[in-house]
Amino acid sequence: MTNLAALAPPRRDPAFHERLSWALLALVLLIPSLYATDFKPWVFFTPENLRVTARFIGDFFPPKLEVEFLTMVAREAWRTVAIATAGIALALVFAAPLALASTAILSVSSLPGRMHAIPFAARQAVRLLLIFLRSIPELVWALVFVRVVGLGATAGVLAIALTYSGMLGKVYGDILESGNLHSTTSLLRNGASRLQAFFYGLLPENAGELTSYTIYRWECAIRSSAVLGFVGAGGLGQQMELSMKMFNGSEVSTMLIAFVLLVWLADHVSLQLRKMIA
Amino acid sequence: MSTASATTLGHLPNRAPAQFLRARRRAAVVLIVIATLIAASFWSLNLQWANFFSASSMGRMTKFLGELLTPSREATFLAKLAIASLETLAMSALGTMLAALGGLVLALPASQSPGVESSLARAPVRLILNVLRSIPELVWAALLLISAGLGPFAGTLALAMHTAGVLGRLFAEAIENAPTAPAFALRVQGVPPGRVFLYATLPQVLPQIISYSLYRWENNIRAAAVLGVVGAGGLGQMLAFHMGLFHMKEASSVLIAMMLLVSLVDFLSYLTRRLMAR
Repeated sequence: MTNLAALAPPRRDPAFHERLSWALLALVLLIPSLYATDFKPWVFFTPENLRVTARFIGDFFPPKLEVEFLTMVAREAWRTVAIATAGIALALVFAAPLALASTAILSVSSLPGRMHAIPFAARQAVRLLLIFLRSIPELVWALVFVRVVGLGATAGVLAIALTYSGMLGKVYGDILESGNLHSTTSLLRNGASRLQAFFYGLLPENAGELTSYTIYRWECAIRSSAVLGFVGAGGLGQQMELSMKMFNGSEVSTMLIAFVLLVWLADHVSLQLRKMIA
Repeated sequence: MSTASATTLGHLPNRAPAQFLRARRRAAVVLIVIATLIAASFWSLNLQWANFFSASSMGRMTKFLGELLTPSREATFLAKLAIASLETLAMSALGTMLAALGGLVLALPASQSPGVESSLARAPVRLILNVLRSIPELVWAALLLISAGLGPFAGTLALAMHTAGVLGRLFAEAIENAPTAPAFALRVQGVPPGRVFLYATLPQVLPQIISYSLYRWENNIRAAAVLGVVGAGGLGQMLAFHMGLFHMKEASSVLIAMMLLVSLVDFLSYLTRRLMAR
């Protein structure tokens, strides 16, 4: 006879103590961060802030729809796209050679076994350069370039070109190494030059994946070029910052709508292009 | 096939298969579109390369970079830097936590489980999630500064807003894809929907919720580091301040702190993933 009491489900949560201690730990960690971030939700409700906010939000409806303003928004939206496109195009120019220089597949000395020390060191150096390029956010590059070349699109293009060449270079290298390497190594073993092996073996093998990753990054670059405008690097962001400084709610609301539409459109175009390639 | 008779006569068709030609034509169209876009971007931006490569700006750039190589190591400044790093960390942690809570609350009406009448709020809530997600953190920060004032509080809320949109959508998908049998078993017993969620669906999606939140936290630390350039606290605010005054030594220390913080988090998350995968 089995003891029925032993089979009955426990009346209390068996994990009660564990849960309680995790929750307490979370609370203990949470309180210092509330202090550190000045977490004071009631500042929203001080009469002065409330008045400013109410006026600003109230201005959102209706959005400003004058023809002159709308053409300006359209022009800036195009500039945002153009900054991203030019940035990515420049990044591609840097990233492709860096990726080729960093990949171990095109190493002739590693064909029989281990790579020689000097080419190995050279490849590691290129990888370090790529890590450095992508570890500094584009916004920081933009801050630097705005101070060197002045306000405007040039700083944005340079910032995107530098950061994205690091990202693209790294991922291109990863894509090249993850594909089927058979044809490339056969070419190299039979005396093809490294560029020949790349153009006839490695590139056709991975062209689809490389293109679709680049298009995806272009879409990301559009989003970040809109943000770069906030530090003065041109495009929609710069105009949005100006309107926010002047508390002009109706202009901000039009530009936010334009921004959301732009991101949605880029999303859509990039998806279609990637589908076409796949 | 009409070519069948031709092949029997010995002269093989020297055309590639139609399918291959179609793919090639499509690739050519995509390439032409992309090339036009790039050309139009460079043409319409009238970038100031002459300005960038001019002696004066090159001189400024080398001076900048030279000063960046000698970071400030003054004790009082380093203490301030440590506080700003902690502030950044706290902003990201608190922002992610608020976003996880908000995302879960929004994910409930946004998800639809099979066999249950979908909530009337589904379409509007999905729209809200899309808007929250498509406005970047930095734009949220600039908007929130108006009503919350300068400082880390606005930055924390900005991170929470954007991340709530991202996590809400991911959570809604996780809830929709969870196995429905346990929930159904409770529902036929007459358990009310709130408890069905707490005792059947939530335990199944909790691991996914936790890992999505941790992943976004990692992203948010990077975001929090630069968010300050619009005045929303943390390391970014220090960076923008010192760059604005051309204190390059201090700016360089802030940059190093940013990179250390980000790589520390990268390392920790790599370690966690290794431990979890075991």
